[in-house]
Amino acid sequence: MTMPGDWSVRSITRRLFPLLVALTCLELLGGLTLGSFEATLARYPSLLVLVPVTIGTAGNLGSVLSARLSTAFHLGLLSFEPTDERLGGNAVATLALAVSVFPLVGAGAWVVTWATGTATLPLGTVVAVALVSGAVLAVLAVLVTVVAAYGAYRFEADPDDVVIPVVTNVCDVLGVLVLFGAVRVVVG
Amino acid sequence: MTLRSVAVETYRSALPPLLVSALGGLLAGAILGGMEGELAAVPGLLVVVPAFLAIRGSVYGSLGSRLSSALHQGLIRPELAYDERLARAVAAALLNGLAASLVAATLAVGLLRALGRTVAPWPTLALIALAGAAMAGIALVGTILVVVFLGYRRGANPDDLVGPAVTTAGDVFGMAALFLATRLALAVS
Repeated sequence: MTMPGDWSVRSITRRLFPLLVALTCLELLGGLTLGSFEATLARYPSLLVLVPVTIGTAGNLGSVLSARLSTAFHLGLLSFEPTDERLGGNAVATLALAVSVFPLVGAGAWVVTWATGTATLPLGTVVAVALVSGAVLAVLAVLVTVVAAYGAYRFEADPDDVVIPVVTNVCDVLGVLVLFGAVRVVVG
Repeated sequence: MTLRSVAVETYRSALPPLLVSALGGLLAGAILGGMEGELAAVPGLLVVVPAFLAIRGSVYGSLGSRLSSALHQGLIRPELAYDERLARAVAAALLNGLAASLVAATLAVGLLRALGRTVAPWPTLALIALAGAAMAGIALVGTILVVVFLGYRRGANPDDLVGPAVTTAGDVFGMAALFLATRLALAVS
């Protein structure tokens, strides 16, 4: 929470900068993965167009889920049982959101390259890559969020401070890794 | 409250902002897709892209959140007039954004060299990172101020607006800034 008067550049930096460096290191892992299949991305521009939106949507799915679980946690409503409706319901929603949004994203990416005359892959392939990535990412996002939330609970940390940033950024990196895997599997 | 009702509620509530963000992400992707030449000319540039976008999201998301809380607490007014707190928060955001971007570029160069992969010279990537961070920063500060202040004045809760606004604008302005910064670096080298 921000406290009145605690707005000096120095104190903001002291709290923000270490987090930024940690975040950067994590994201560089995703970056290195991207770099390792740069040639494939250059060959299939639709896949390059997919990169920012895959990372972004993965991160958003993670943040929606972790924010909701965090609220439930604060209200004392969360239990870590597989039969918990809040947990189950949000997990199902995450999967449903992913399979709704990712195919649209894939189609959108293909349309962008089609409009600029650079499409080399068929629409179906790009949508398949996006859908496979989305489904896998949804499952991973749920797992990561539950583990992180449980960790916060065990170590008595505030999920808002820990879970949300961690989950969002881990999901970003997973976005790249899963996209890479999906491309390998679908495109070859 | 059943599992199904929880699922439906979350789905209905989260779908619109997800779609809007995805649109912004596609726009950012379109810019990246158009940067094939620049990516080829500056090896290692692609490696810093995720970190660069993530830094934008974190720094300006944090700024937006801070300003929103301050508005709720009555510490600042939703006006574009000079305010010491506001100026400090903006300065801190810009400084941290620039510094973190420089760190990202530097680490990328170090890691790629250690892995034996081709990478552009450090001054080139450092210039791209700093110029990109500066340009994106200015655009994003403007965006945040408009979204948070205008949103508040119109009776919305800026807390709800900051996340999607920063993610979307951060990706689009971030990629655009990176593109311009790369053109700049290639022109002067």
